[in-house]
Amino acid sequence: MVEIKKISEFEWEIQKEEDMNVPVRIFASEKLLELMKKDQTLEQATNVSKLPGIQKYSFVMSDGHQGYGFSIGGVAAFDLDEGIVSPGGVGFDINCGVRLLTTNLNKEKILSEKKEIIHQISRDVPKGLGKGGVIKITEGDIKRILEKGSKWAVEKGYGTEEDLEKTEDYGCIENADSSKVSERAIKRGIPQLGSLGSGNHFLEIQEVDEVFDEDMAKKFGIEKGQVMIMIHCGSRGLGHQVASDYIKKMGQKYGFEKLPDRQLINAPIKSELGQDYLKAMRGAANFGFCNRQLIMDFTRKSFKKIIPDAEMKMVYDVCHNVAKIEKHKIDGKEKEVCVHRKGATRAFPEQPIILPGSMGTSSYLLVGTEKAMELSFGSTAHGAGRVMSRTKAKKQKHGDEVRRELEERGIDIESTSSKGLAEEASYAYKDVNEVVKVSDEIGIGKVVARLKPLSVMKG
Amino acid sequence: MGKYKFLEHTADVKFQAFGKTLDETFISAGNALNETIKDNIGVLKKEKKSINVENKDLEGLLYDFLEEFLFLLDAEGFLTSEIQEVKINNDNNGESYKLKAIILGDKAKNYKFSNDVKAITYSEMEVKKGKEGWICQVVLDV
Repeated sequence: MVEIKKISEFEWEIQKEEDMNVPVRIFASEKLLELMKKDQTLEQATNVSKLPGIQKYSFVMSDGHQGYGFSIGGVAAFDLDEGIVSPGGVGFDINCGVRLLTTNLNKEKILSEKKEIIHQISRDVPKGLGKGGVIKITEGDIKRILEKGSKWAVEKGYGTEEDLEKTEDYGCIENADSSKVSERAIKRGIPQLGSLGSGNHFLEIQEVDEVFDEDMAKKFGIEKGQVMIMIHCGSRGLGHQVASDYIKKMGQKYGFEKLPDRQLINAPIKSELGQDYLKAMRGAANFGFCNRQLIMDFTRKSFKKIIPDAEMKMVYDVCHNVAKIEKHKIDGKEKEVCVHRKGATRAFPEQPIILPGSMGTSSYLLVGTEKAMELSFGSTAHGAGRVMSRTKAKKQKHGDEVRRELEERGIDIESTSSKGLAEEASYAYKDVNEVVKVSDEIGIGKVVARLKPLSVMKG
Repeated sequence: MGKYKFLEHTADVKFQAFGKTLDETFISAGNALNETIKDNIGVLKKEKKSINVENKDLEGLLYDFLEEFLFLLDAEGFLTSEIQEVKINNDNNGESYKLKAIILGDKAKNYKFSNDVKAITYSEMEVKKGKEGWICQVVLDV
């Protein structure tokens, strides 16, 4: 076992060995670190530290756990000349992310109707598993979506300009090129636009359970007792196919024999293939923003069917699987780098950070800081992070029992899959409170409010 | 020994699949993927599809083969019932492998199932020959 040096109460380091280009920096409490040691999180972060052009550290955020290639909760920035870009460092679900909405309603106002609301939403928001066209779009539309993201949706009447202002990158990452996205990816995307997907994706009605930072909460438009809506999903099959296409191309062009894990396949950022991937990945990210924008629009309409005077405004939309060209200070100098965030959230100063908990547990709203710019390339955790395999989770309890326990706590649940409920049960995840505490104590994402689930729709 | 078994993985689904021949092992791997997607629900054999993929190495070939099921489901709404046949040939003097498969199934919209496999990964992937046959290992992103 490698030696892990304690830097402070919540910071740890695996020091640089000869084949590493930088040390590994881990943000965790002792408890969370112990969990990371149990799977391959730290080995995977060490593998990332060996990639060319990596800057400062290979980071593991407080929710880090084993992934494929890069760990989940991984952040790595690469020099634009010497460095690489890796589809495995972004993840298959490009622009998987979270959107949070306020309502003008207090919890008491919807107690008797919340079950009906989530039921209506589950009828109006498609899950999109092999079920065909959610909304009618042409190939021309999809090209616009890849290059314009949420802007396309707003132009078509799904949502407002104000929604765009409350979305990371205004719902559109620039320099996307639809011609770099394969026909195959587009074919997978067309039937799935505006659908939630399954697995850990969900839509929740929540209440603001506790406010920790009154000023910031006011700024974000939230107060205790307020009803909120949270949406967690990504770019569906389109994003998955973009990742897969470029893993194949990069493997063919640059090989993988020397890599510690084939899933770390990459290309130099400045190479044509590296640039092509970035342009295609931005397209998939824009598809992801547009997907959440549509789902939000369906949700708003659905909610209003039950409570006609409900108003739903966006707090923010964050993307937690992406690679971006950003300016950061390195050795006192400002420099452009390619920041990979795989299961990690951007945490720029004043920016809302949405951190969903596991099913039935709390979620959090945080705010980004200058400290995050200094310490973690403006990044923090993205959720609770799994701790137990799906196979093991299913052995603990049957899905029906998980459902009953949630209902006994007053949480309504809409889900077609009993197995899915068992796999996503809260005991399969880390304690989100602990994950948030580490982010808050280090100062890379300060806690603003805690949100409690009222009704859940599982993908 | 079953034809495939699921192993522990914190975030994703990991399995090993077995067979006497390489063709059989690929069928087992396809069955493991399809169980992950649809559990054990019965699917009618109403339509026939063929899969043709080619890759320089066996891991790549397995990846491409499995990905076809995700593509057929997402793009064409096709849910697999049975993998009828897999034939793998080593072509171009061993330079590349070619796979042909025939699968049977039905329109996905006729069934209730809920597990979306996002992608096949190369993480910890193996295809190797053992004493009594072939074995492969795959991690799925779910």
